[in-house]
Amino acid sequence: MTNTDRERHRERETAFYLFTQQRLPACKPVLTPAWVITIFLFTGFIFIPVGLVTLRASRSVVEIVERYDTECVPEPFRIDKVSYVQDDSIPKNCSLSLKVRKYMKAPIYIYYQLDNYYQNHRRYVKSRSDRQLLHGWKYHATSSCQPVEFNNNQPIVPCGLIAWSLFNDTFTFIRERAELKVNRKNIAWKSDRDHKFGKTVYPFNFQNGTLIGGGKLNPRIPLSDQEDLIVWMRTSALPSFRKLYGRIEEDLDADDVVVVHLMNNYNTYGFGGKKKLVLSTSSWLGGKNDFLGLACVFVGSSSVILAIVFMLLHLKSRR
Amino acid sequence: MARGRIRARLRRSHLYTFSCLRPSAAEEGPHSIEGPGYSRIVHCNQPLMHNKKPFKYRSNYISTTKYNFVTFLPKALYEQFHRVANLYFLGTAIISVTPLSPFSAVSMIAPLAFVVGLSMAKEALEDWRRFMQDMKVNTRKVKVHKEDGIFGNKTWQKVQVGDVVKVEKDQFFPADLLLLSSSYEDGICYVETMNLDGETNLKVKRALEVTLSLDEDEAFKNFTGTITCEDPNPSLYTFVGNFEYDRQVYALDPSQILLRDSKLRNTTFVYGIAIFAGHDSKVMQNATKSPSKRSRIERKMDYIIYVLFSLLLMISLISSIGFAVKTKFYMPDWWYLQPQHTDDYYNPEKPVLSGVSHLVTALVLYGYLIPISLYVSIEVVKVLQASFINQDIQMYDEETGNPAQARTSNLNEELGQVDTILSDKTGTLTCNQMDFLKCSIAGTAYGVCSSEVELAAAQQMAIDLEDQDAERSTGSRQKGKQQEIELETVVTSRDEKDHKSPIKGFSFEDSRIMKGNWLREPNADVIMLFFRILAICHTAIPELNEETGSYTYEAESPDEGAFLVAAREFGFEFFKRTQSGVFVRERYSVAGQPIDREFKILNMLEFTSKRKRMTVIVRDEDGQILLLCKGADSIIFDRLSKNGRLYEEDTNKHLNEYGEAGLRTLALAYRKLEESEYSAWNNEFQKAKTSIGADRETLLENVAEMMERDLILIGATAVEDKLQKGVPQCIDKLAQAGLKIWVLTGDKMETAINIGYACSLLRQGMKQICITANSSDAKETLSLFVTVQVVKENILMQITNASQMIKLENDPHAAFALIIDGKTLAYALEDDMKQQFLGLAVDCASVICCRVSPKQKALVTRLVKEGTGKTTLAIGDGANDVGMIQEADIGVGISGVEGMQAVMASDFSVAQFRFLERLLVVHGHWCYKRIAQMVCYFFYKNIAFGLTLFYFEAFTGFSGQSVYDDWYMLLFNVVLTSLPVISLGVFEQDVSSEVCLQFPALYQQGPRNLFFDWYRILGWMGNGLYSSLIIFFLNIIIFYDQAFRSGGQTADMAALGTTMFTCIIWALNCQIALTMSHFTWIQHLFIWGSIGTWYLFLFVYGMLSPTISGNAYQILVEALAPAPIYWSATLLVTVACNLPYMAHICFQRCFHPMDHHIIQEIKYYKKDVEDQRMWSRERSKARQKTKIGFTARVDAKIRQLRGKLQRKHTSLEMHSPVTPS
Repeated sequence: MTNTDRERHRERETAFYLFTQQRLPACKPVLTPAWVITIFLFTGFIFIPVGLVTLRASRSVVEIVERYDTECVPEPFRIDKVSYVQDDSIPKNCSLSLKVRKYMKAPIYIYYQLDNYYQNHRRYVKSRSDRQLLHGWKYHATSSCQPVEFNNNQPIVPCGLIAWSLFNDTFTFIRERAELKVNRKNIAWKSDRDHKFGKTVYPFNFQNGTLIGGGKLNPRIPLSDQEDLIVWMRTSALPSFRKLYGRIEEDLDADDVVVVHLMNNYNTYGFGGKKKLVLSTSSWLGGKNDFLGLACVFVGSSSVILAIVFMLLHLKSRR
Repeated sequence: MARGRIRARLRRSHLYTFSCLRPSAAEEGPHSIEGPGYSRIVHCNQPLMHNKKPFKYRSNYISTTKYNFVTFLPKALYEQFHRVANLYFLGTAIISVTPLSPFSAVSMIAPLAFVVGLSMAKEALEDWRRFMQDMKVNTRKVKVHKEDGIFGNKTWQKVQVGDVVKVEKDQFFPADLLLLSSSYEDGICYVETMNLDGETNLKVKRALEVTLSLDEDEAFKNFTGTITCEDPNPSLYTFVGNFEYDRQVYALDPSQILLRDSKLRNTTFVYGIAIFAGHDSKVMQNATKSPSKRSRIERKMDYIIYVLFSLLLMISLISSIGFAVKTKFYMPDWWYLQPQHTDDYYNPEKPVLSGVSHLVTALVLYGYLIPISLYVSIEVVKVLQASFINQDIQMYDEETGNPAQARTSNLNEELGQVDTILSDKTGTLTCNQMDFLKCSIAGTAYGVCSSEVELAAAQQMAIDLEDQDAERSTGSRQKGKQQEIELETVVTSRDEKDHKSPIKGFSFEDSRIMKGNWLREPNADVIMLFFRILAICHTAIPELNEETGSYTYEAESPDEGAFLVAAREFGFEFFKRTQSGVFVRERYSVAGQPIDREFKILNMLEFTSKRKRMTVIVRDEDGQILLLCKGADSIIFDRLSKNGRLYEEDTNKHLNEYGEAGLRTLALAYRKLEESEYSAWNNEFQKAKTSIGADRETLLENVAEMMERDLILIGATAVEDKLQKGVPQCIDKLAQAGLKIWVLTGDKMETAINIGYACSLLRQGMKQICITANSSDAKETLSLFVTVQVVKENILMQITNASQMIKLENDPHAAFALIIDGKTLAYALEDDMKQQFLGLAVDCASVICCRVSPKQKALVTRLVKEGTGKTTLAIGDGANDVGMIQEADIGVGISGVEGMQAVMASDFSVAQFRFLERLLVVHGHWCYKRIAQMVCYFFYKNIAFGLTLFYFEAFTGFSGQSVYDDWYMLLFNVVLTSLPVISLGVFEQDVSSEVCLQFPALYQQGPRNLFFDWYRILGWMGNGLYSSLIIFFLNIIIFYDQAFRSGGQTADMAALGTTMFTCIIWALNCQIALTMSHFTWIQHLFIWGSIGTWYLFLFVYGMLSPTISGNAYQILVEALAPAPIYWSATLLVTVACNLPYMAHICFQRCFHPMDHHIIQEIKYYKKDVEDQRMWSRERSKARQKTKIGFTARVDAKIRQLRGKLQRKHTSLEMHSPVTPS
């Protein structure tokens, strides 16, 4: 072999040559029976434990769900709940008593849950202005907030249907005569508070129209500190959703009775929605949801079954 | 003289050979030119006259571009939005700026702009290339008469009609010119028309006698004249015009016209007048757009798009009905939407209006079902695939330096589905290079070399012998396989030997007559005459090769060239031709010194396919008049004199031998003429020549006939039409790949059959079905009475009989070959008979059509294409194959020695036939699978994604809200899932190229369409449906209402959407990884890179100002990444999506494996190295059952021997029942 030959040979071996000739080194995995069985078994051995662990985490969560929308309407008004809830002159006080079945370790999260409430309706979702929330009424291009954009020719801050329909039931919790301390700070995402809702933006001209939707806001508190609003503005994906209200930072023992004083202001009666109060502890995985664990176990076990079936079939009809 | 090529269109009488037959123009008188179609008037040497109407003609500027700077935008946009899918996306983009749109405008417009922009960029680039090519032509320089006899250089584009142009040797003609004069006194010039009709031989043009004096620059000082002629038209071989010069009118005909793009050869210079310039020139008028072809997969893809469109329409309707119902009955109660503020889109009072407007919204929303990027991705993939084809070093021909070329990239995958190959013979299967191999002179056979057919036969014999041994010793098939491999090596080694052949066209070896030894042979005078005929009786032109000092020949046909080369090698070197004579240098004369001899050519009676002979009448230096004739043996033998039959018997025997050896044969004869006899005949002949009228040709023929009789036979020649390198092997492989091969040739039947044998398309023991129109008796007596009807009935009967015979054949190994000639084919292709003909042809293992015209080639191709409904591939090299190439589903041109016509019309070009094997079996197979898998996957991914949008609708009151951020959706098709699928389409290999070639039967997956049938497509769609369900519902349930973080936060729409989208990205990319079987670092990079890009995007997007990212602000960093549930949901959904598919492919691979699965496994276990036996067994198993090719020959032989052996055994047993075993 002469020098030029060798050079040519080397040149041929270069990556680009291999690339153009489609002979790049490649790994060509082949699903041989051994591999298949290994993969299925491996999947099984990953998923079953993961499933069991998640299941355990989910089971460790204690949850109290109490529906209150009907009970909190006094008996005489139950025929026409809508007019009851819309009538400002009638006091909306209501008391519930919740029995704690199991020890609940602090923090205990308080949620309100609304059902059949289409927060994900396109008309609703679009009806907000992120820029206005950040920059205040100086920001004018708020056409997306239709139909809650102006009132008396003045811009509404925060504008849009979402803010306008702010949830306004309030809850206080009493255990054995002593009010439980409810922490209502830090219930919204930090980034929302810091970057999406202006620190110098104050509610302005809010709920001043003839049509009043939901809760009012304290005009002296900047939007970045109106955490109820911030949580509410995170529209839910499904028509049934929970939103964080606050945290009880005391442990609740089994058989404790918690009395909830609530103001039943929010109108879910018009569209037949349900309102629920949820007290829940959390695990490392979040709230109570067995599904993830069960699904993992299911997937894991089916892949183990597949592995076994495969093995048997393979033994029976070996190629 | 046997000619391989069809030159029907070319009227030979206008060429050199008939020049002495042509009556001079003066006698003919001017054409009467009037009426429409003959309006063109050209003022010679007065180009200024052509600056204004009515003489203003098109300039010589040519443009083949589709667009120019102004028209590009509107025209290209129109082209783009011609596609239904693009139009749909344009609609959605327009809607997206209205409030109806569920997405932001930019997220709809950006992908469309990207996709359309990319396609337009490709168009622009292609057009730019065309423009540059045009510019190169337009700026070529040519000498043009300026004034006062001074010529100066001008660019081509400046040449005007009426200009006097001086073209020099080896230059192209800038426009269609009228030849005025040339460097030769008699005003002839030689022209190469390769670019026009693909013929390499030179043609002679001849100027009018009156203009011969205009042969120097000064002569044009005061030259004027007027040409009246036909309008621009595309007919290359006709021209009608008059030339008015010196107050006389002369008729012009095509022999004075030099066509643009042909080349001046062998002539120092010519003067001409531009008649047709630029786009008016005949060659530009001839430029036809090649029909745009679409592949089967693409056509089927349209149906899938329709299916998806209907699905889209359906779910849009469901959505809008749901929306209307919700709006009417529920929305009035939803106070938080302020239903009292109605607009057109939310109007509980008018639910129908809302429903209709929502339908528009929904059509946009679910548009993700129609993959916007599909077209552009496929385009990108095909271009890359094509570049791989172009780059393939194993399809690069080192001799000519031509690589394979995919000229259109949109048929790549069609290469993998070919069912029938229709091949030209000359130049495709054979080199169109004749080798003088043997001759028979005076009854003695000379030449010891063997032809390829003989060699093949010898090999066959050797194998048969070995086979018998093998049968006796092992009795296994194994041995046969190994021999086949040995056979291949034998053949290849022979090819190498051929390669060394020193003289092109001459493979003769025989010391008896080489190197002047013939002088010592007994019949030396006859041998000398034989060589002289070879050297004199032809129409070729010698060309001195200045480097070597030897002569090469421009001959009309390669046989003629081979004769001249042979004559030269024998010592009779033809070195000069004038109008009246042929000069031959005789190296070995009796005197012992080289002598230059001149033979005056008195008459030349040219070759036609009807006459099948050629004659020259010459006067040698002694004044002796000789008639030298060469022609087809039967024709010559009929015309022999009584005493000329001395060698007839021996020669005939030799001719038969040569014929069997697959050689082309010609017989040579001569006759001595008396002066008086000749002059008497010549008078008659001249009379016939100058006669005018339709019967002139017949008259001439009859007169010629009178002279060509009483010939004395000298001998015969045998030339070999050389097969191209590797053709038999290639045909064998293609046959094993299950392809049918038809040969369509212009050659006569015997030659075609010989070549058929040489390529193993035919073999001994194959039943040949010959269908011919003229049975012998009908020809003789009834020719006048045989009506078309009778002939047709006769043919139909032959066809039905043959079909019957095939049906009744019991032997499963019996093979049939159909051989049909052009005349019969003309009837067989008629509507009422073609189905029967096709039915018969399909049943035959090989089909050979001989003597077919280019038109018939195209018709046969169409018949096969439309009749069988399968993919056809036509391969050819010459202008006569253009029709066939354009008609077939795929046209392949051989970019060999012949012109570019076939290549220009083709979709792919290869340098040699043997590259077809790699083109089909490797690239075709790959491209088919790649595109099929890619398209399937595309639909899968868009269904999986698009349907999740639909499910979510049901949870939003069908309001048209999407759960994903607009940007996610925008990136989905364009960035996040496009590169992996492109890498699938470009790099996927089920098996390596070597294995493809070793297991040609794998190719059948394409023609059987295993990877793109409805079963598979629907399977993929079902998989998409399943994935969408899993992705959506698992996520919905996991993130239902409870907290998803240990901090108690619940998931909002952004969190759920992002998680769901993450699951989609993972599931889809894992799916494609499961689909692939070949991972280079590129695939790894693209697949895992896409997933990485998604996270990267999410991170960067989250970092942007919240006014841009909205609810996705910091979603990954803050909300999702710290949540274990996000990761476990991703894992669960990804695995759950892919588990069924995984199980499916595992079970399929293990229990119903396809061919490539088995091979992959063997390769994987390295069984091919460890267990050679198993490897070759698998190889033989994976071969397509075939009846042609030499593998089939071997198999047939083995069967035959086995049969014999069995018989022997049984007979032995009968004789001696107790045989020790």
